[in-house]
Amino acid sequence: MKELLKAVFLVDLIKGLAVTFRNQKPSLIYTEQYPKERPLVAERYRGAPRLNVHPDTDETLCIACNLCALACPEQLIVVGAERNKETRRKELTTFTYDVSRCMFCGLCEDACPVDALELTQDFELASYTREGAIWDRQMLEEGPLPTEYKH
Amino acid sequence: MATSTTFLDTNELVLNMGPQHPSTHGVLRVILKLDGEKVMGADCVIGYLHRGVEKIAENRTYQQFAPYVDRMDYVAAVSNGLGYCLAVETLGGIEVPERAQCVRVILTELNRIASHLLWLGTHALDIGAMTPVFYCFREREEVLKIFEKYCGARLTTHAFRIGGLQYETYDTFEKDCHAFCDWFEKKVDEYEELLTTNRIWVGRTKGVGILDAEACKTYGVTGPVLRAAGVEWDLRKAQPYCGYEKYDFDIPTCANGDTYDRYIVRMQEFRQSVRIIRQAVDSLPEGPIKGRVSKVFKPPIGEAYESIEAPKGELGYYVVSDGSTQPYRLRVRPPSFVNLQALDEMCRGCLVADVVAIIGTIDIVLGEVDR
Ligand code: SF4
Ligand code: SF4
Repeated sequence: MKELLKAVFLVDLIKGLAVTFRNQKPSLIYTEQYPKERPLVAERYRGAPRLNVHPDTDETLCIACNLCALACPEQLIVVGAERNKETRRKELTTFTYDVSRCMFCGLCEDACPVDALELTQDFELASYTREGAIWDRQMLEEGPLPTEYKH
Repeated sequence: MATSTTFLDTNELVLNMGPQHPSTHGVLRVILKLDGEKVMGADCVIGYLHRGVEKIAENRTYQQFAPYVDRMDYVAAVSNGLGYCLAVETLGGIEVPERAQCVRVILTELNRIASHLLWLGTHALDIGAMTPVFYCFREREEVLKIFEKYCGARLTTHAFRIGGLQYETYDTFEKDCHAFCDWFEKKVDEYEELLTTNRIWVGRTKGVGILDAEACKTYGVTGPVLRAAGVEWDLRKAQPYCGYEKYDFDIPTCANGDTYDRYIVRMQEFRQSVRIIRQAVDSLPEGPIKGRVSKVFKPPIGEAYESIEAPKGELGYYVVSDGSTQPYRLRVRPPSFVNLQALDEMCRGCLVADVVAIIGTIDIVLGEVDR
């Protein structure tokens, strides 16, 4: 009898609809209006790479030890260095990083002994060409310029 | 059976389902043999997502290979990472500190919730219940946020390293986990309200795709599918790893082994995972997070097999070392791949529309099936 009444009055349907309406509260809506509203990614987010420079002198922090290139499973980092005749120290000349092959695993960042290479919170890495995804030293130091979207 | 095979013979119709079918959860092609609406057999064609992960392992150092395992079962990347790390740690005889083990348990259980949520959402969607998928993804978002804050990635997390962890927990980690547990328990009630007694849901799932305990064991099926058939087998209890013996939880089982029972088992697993997370967060010890592993890690010559209870079943990693920095051979025992074998058995005698429900209920991820 109870079962029949339940079936006649569509109890399960009403229960289900109650859940639906309960979830219409604006605080439970998660959709982000992406280009208008940029998501705030976590502090540890592993996004676009950056080669850090000294904040005062603008000199690169990288000591050209090549550890990041060795740590990378995809072998996509190429560090070019030259030995300075006077100071007898290795100095960084070129640094390329192929973003298109990178899987943002963070191993290179962990390997760097001086925190020169860092994966940052930037996540917009699209490029019109394949070559555009290969970042050189200048690009890595300056970082990508975020695009302003007009609408 | 001697059947004539002229094209005029209309007894059996062969139908391709997939690889682009939306409810094959990726790129699975199923060749269905039909007698009218009835399914007489189902052959799976796999390999569309094959990337040769096992071969890649032979050309990477042990540490370098860790991010690749995330890409097999990308829905449960943390579990994959755990399985791989455990195998390599056994191989190299590395001691993992208590704190690292505890954090590992928390993250893998969170990942189990995330994986089951994705399963529930898509499975319900396949069967025709549109609503749960939105709720499930919303809750999954919370788990992914915890992952993002902890390790900086949401899906392919690379959260664990050989020997322990790379990242210390963030400041509000414990609070976030507790908040998630409290909130999520209510949400599980909500899903049950939507589905458990829903007549359409029950009608579409009860008695569909039955796989009894005997058949499960024959096929080597593990995970919720096996437990729904009434076998109390969970590697977290049967051969505890990562200190699972310290936590108090039950193994949910059912008796009939049909699609509905598998749903019930997974719903119960949500609650058990929440229980484990609470206990683990409360007992999180202080201490180091990484054991002693040299930078150039060379395990001794030998082999190791470690298996864990991944959200989908037994996930095993078999590693052979020749004493160098790279594995000589690596073999994965993926739960999805093994469980998928039973599809033929489960589909026989069902209707075409049920095939979708059955594929959903096995809970496969094609990245793991094809590797
Ligand atoms: S994040 Fe990983 S894949 Fe990318 S450059 Fe660094 S080590 Fe290589
Ligand atoms: S590991 Fe750091 S310091 Fe060494 S080459 Fe790479 S970026 Fe430079």
